[in-house]
Amino acid sequence: MDVRGTGVDLTADLGFLELRNPVLTASGTFGYGLEFEPYMDLVTLGGIVVKGLYYGPREGNPPPRLVETPSGLINAIGLQGIGVEAFAEKVLPKLRRIDTAVIVNVCGADDDEYAAVVEFLDRQEGIAAYELNISCPNVKKEGACPALLPQTTFDLVKRIKAASRRPIITKLSPNVTSIIEIAQAAEEAGTDALALINTLLAMAVDLETRRPKLGNVYGGLSGPAVKPVALRMVHQVASRVRVPVIGMGGIMSGADALEFLVAGAAAVEIGTASFVDPDAAARIVGEIARWCEAHGVAAVRDVVGTIKIP
Amino acid sequence: MPIERDARLREVQIWGDFFRFGIDAPAAGRDARPGQFVMVKVSEGTSPLLRRPLGIHDANPGGLDLFFKVAGKGTEILSRKKPGDRLDLIGPLGKGFTVAAAGRGRTAFLVGGGRGIAPLYYLALELAKAGTRPVVFYGGRSLADIPLRERFERAGLEYHCSTDDGSFGFAGFVTALVARELEKAEPALIYACGPDPMMKALAGIAASRRVPAEFSLESMMGCGIGACWGCVHRIRGESGTGWVKICEEGPVFPGERISWT
Repeated sequence: MDVRGTGVDLTADLGFLELRNPVLTASGTFGYGLEFEPYMDLVTLGGIVVKGLYYGPREGNPPPRLVETPSGLINAIGLQGIGVEAFAEKVLPKLRRIDTAVIVNVCGADDDEYAAVVEFLDRQEGIAAYELNISCPNVKKEGACPALLPQTTFDLVKRIKAASRRPIITKLSPNVTSIIEIAQAAEEAGTDALALINTLLAMAVDLETRRPKLGNVYGGLSGPAVKPVALRMVHQVASRVRVPVIGMGGIMSGADALEFLVAGAAAVEIGTASFVDPDAAARIVGEIARWCEAHGVAAVRDVVGTIKIP
Repeated sequence: MPIERDARLREVQIWGDFFRFGIDAPAAGRDARPGQFVMVKVSEGTSPLLRRPLGIHDANPGGLDLFFKVAGKGTEILSRKKPGDRLDLIGPLGKGFTVAAAGRGRTAFLVGGGRGIAPLYYLALELAKAGTRPVVFYGGRSLADIPLRERFERAGLEYHCSTDDGSFGFAGFVTALVARELEKAEPALIYACGPDPMMKALAGIAASRRVPAEFSLESMMGCGIGACWGCVHRIRGESGTGWVKICEEGPVFPGERISWT
């Protein structure tokens, strides 16, 4: 998808990081990035957010791990992954050769593990920023995740921000009473940006067997079904914080992505769409450029936050 | 593993709920090996959202054949496609059967249950080309569930049928038929694709006779390219047993690596 011919300035400014364009890939939907090389030139993207990493390798949940719902997908993968050491040894050297921003999604079973992951990755080159996955179940708090409360969010972000030499993007959960309070807590703790939304807690039932369709019973809903919820939350948060907001949730097209920019997102992440079309993120970059050109928009960043509330 | 956005449905053959699609898809057909699969887009809209994984039934430099059973909304929509319709598919994907493993001049048993027969037709043709004698065992619940008999017949392949209800061929599970034939002669290798209970039983039979076997596992898949980690099965590896992606390391695994639950 050639976007150079359009003459539109696609760069996105996160303050701490300038992106080639506002299209990133969402953690957990793009593997470690290399899986997609046969389908697109990764350089066409604004950046890659790789699958969440705990310190060590992680088993994940028993199958079934996926269930399709109307215009959506519920997943309960359980953050299976290779851990930071294998990532640094096997994946990162290959990603370094690709001229695109690499953002690592950081997980932890408690605050100490998040810190350990960041300390390890701080010693590796070729990472632009960390996306803090504050929706990981905490083993010491009966599985409650830091994202649920302003205080636990504040404590974790403050600690990781102090420990890290790189910018921190805090990824928020929509499964909270007030996402604005959580966003403000993360901002107060010093996060450099916010990313939202993570998946919506969901369930699917097999009527004939009366069993849950997922091995883990509950999972996270993503895909076009969640886009209106995500847009609302992105708008609520972006209009109340000063740090840049990265929007995501069911983006399938350039038009979807532009709606998030209009609602206040400085950049977007493409998630479930990459499962349907492995080259979806690259296609969306092209669609954004052509929309801007057709609408006389010289720079895509001029679209950010232009929502007109009567 | 290209994305073939402009593949064309050339011919459709129907037996009740079972469909065979002949598809013009040169890039996918040229590289396809037995046991590999394609991810087929069934809807241009968002419901159903995901592509469907389908085993490659036959392949040639011009395209490939798919054989599937209508099992839900996705395959039902797919089944309504007509010759001339455009198809959007990704593939060939995954690692298939090891055709060379059986050996020239040796016999291989190919065991398929229901729609699991799909990849074994192509495998049988390729084995024959490689000088291995393929013997196909084709089981279904009833006569209506084993529609590919004529296709094996016309290709000149040796095949034995079984039906659970005894309406055609051997009366009983295909695994019982295979066990009976193993008493007469042991093949160099067993290849299988079908429902998990069939393959689990067959794995036990093969292991007790020390006949090596390869199994093609089935799963719902989110992406088919190793990105979503949704299609895992318990697999033994160098560093222990864990959840391994069927789409990427499989769908075909040697019997001794599969942990059946």
